Amino acid sequence: MPPKKPPSASSPPPSDVGLLEEIGGGFLGAAATVGGMGLLGYQILRRLVTFRIDRAETLRNLYRMGVKSIPIVIVTALFTGAIMVIQAAPLVVRLGAQGLLGWGAGFGILREIAPLLTALMINGRVGANNTAELGTMVVTEQIDALRVLAIDPIAFLIAPRFVAMVTTLFLSTIFADTLALLGAAYGGLGLLGVEPKTFYNGLTSGLLGLSDVTSGLIKSIVFGIVIALSSCQYGLGVKGGAPGVGRAVNATVVASAAGIFVLDYFVSFTLD
Amino acid sequence: MSAAKTHDEPAPPSGIDQAAEPPDESIAAMVGAQAIQLVGMGLEIASVFIRTLYYCVRGRPDFGAVVRQMFEIGNRSVVFLTVVMGFIGMILVLQGGLQVKRILPEFSMVGASYLELLVRDLAATISALMLATRVGAGIAAEIGSMVVTEQVDALRMCAADPIDYLIKPRFLASLVMTICLVIWAAGVAMLTGMLTAYVMFDVNPRTFFNLHLVDTGDLVVGLAKCLAYGAAIPVVAGHSGLTTHGGSEGVGWATTRAVVNASLAVIVLDLILSAAGYVLLGP
Repeated sequence: MPPKKPPSASSPPPSDVGLLEEIGGGFLGAAATVGGMGLLGYQILRRLVTFRIDRAETLRNLYRMGVKSIPIVIVTALFTGAIMVIQAAPLVVRLGAQGLLGWGAGFGILREIAPLLTALMINGRVGANNTAELGTMVVTEQIDALRVLAIDPIAFLIAPRFVAMVTTLFLSTIFADTLALLGAAYGGLGLLGVEPKTFYNGLTSGLLGLSDVTSGLIKSIVFGIVIALSSCQYGLGVKGGAPGVGRAVNATVVASAAGIFVLDYFVSFTLD
Repeated sequence: MSAAKTHDEPAPPSGIDQAAEPPDESIAAMVGAQAIQLVGMGLEIASVFIRTLYYCVRGRPDFGAVVRQMFEIGNRSVVFLTVVMGFIGMILVLQGGLQVKRILPEFSMVGASYLELLVRDLAATISALMLATRVGAGIAAEIGSMVVTEQVDALRMCAADPIDYLIKPRFLASLVMTICLVIWAAGVAMLTGMLTAYVMFDVNPRTFFNLHLVDTGDLVVGLAKCLAYGAAIPVVAGHSGLTTHGGSEGVGWATTRAVVNASLAVIVLDLILSAAGYVLLGP
């Protein structure tokens, strides 16, 4: 299909898929996915408010998603902290104000970078994995088997994963905030010769408030919901064996990443 | 033959570990096992990288496959990247502007600092994180499905190294397309950032588009990052794909591993190159 596209776009006969049709198809597909995610979210919410959620499964998922992601979160947070310091360095050198380093790196980390990068890493590790697992269950007809046994797959499988993912991302972001600031403080010492004490003074001198922290944490909840809904939605919609699982995983990480950035803007915009 | 080696490589250390350690694992044993596994994986990835380079020089030239992969990597990612970088541009200028407003209500330097940050780091790194997700997952899923359905074994039976056949074209395509995509992404982020600054903070686009802080060093660091990410993503993801085992669940695992490892590779390379650029070329 790719090599045929240029002639079909330039010649009027509508025998092939035209450009307009392709764009429209893309929009309809995106709308169907978002709608499906909304419906899934509604169904999960109905189970949550009536406490029809499997406790053992929730705990198991919290362990698998949360505890097992700690190493990645640690590495990502420490490294991004150091990177933020290097990026804030020109600002500090130009203005000659070492006290501003804590502020510059701090607001970047707390408001944007820590929630965003933690969400991206959790999206890659947990979201993709969740889609793969649910997709395999769909392909091997285990979900149908649950329905046959009169077990509600949403209450048993989906709602626990949703809760576990949102919790994981929220807690990981708190963890990542702390570690990234630590990485930034020692990165500043190693690269710029700014004492960690100066860094913490800059951080706590009143330019940064609680609103900076809460804004990042609210984002992490929103990102968690996006990742959970899209990974469950794509996982349940898998068709066609092992390649289908691979395609679904690919689609879900892309959709969640795009969703994260789009919602990041709107959350930033509404909160300020 | 080569794949047999990569499959067996991590086995001996873990076997020795289990024999030497009592059944209950201490924290030291856990950390040690993780470290051994990590080093083993690093060596495997390095071996894939070196063999890819070897085949780039000595292998079978296959121009068609490279062009196909360029389409796959480039054209298929461009919409996704445009959306993400467009929003990133708006977010960064919005957040930066709000902070500037808190300290000194003077916006003439916002554009210049933003463009410098974009050229030096953010355009390349955020695009690369997105490509690690999009392209890395795609490569691992594709190669993983081939491994599971024994197509890779069939290639080996035909005396064709899967690295030459599968990874080399993706590697070359990714090197070229990452640079193109990053330049495009920087343009998009610049434009949306300019619009945001104009709408939210009344910064004149001509004041905003101020390139005098961007020097050759920034450009060199930015381009070096593009090259490093473009090389790392297909190699890391290809390695994950080739080490797939188990059925459809294995493909899912391989894809997950590819996304995580490629993203970590991007972050680690970012730190190394940023620090090197800062030390060698100055702030």
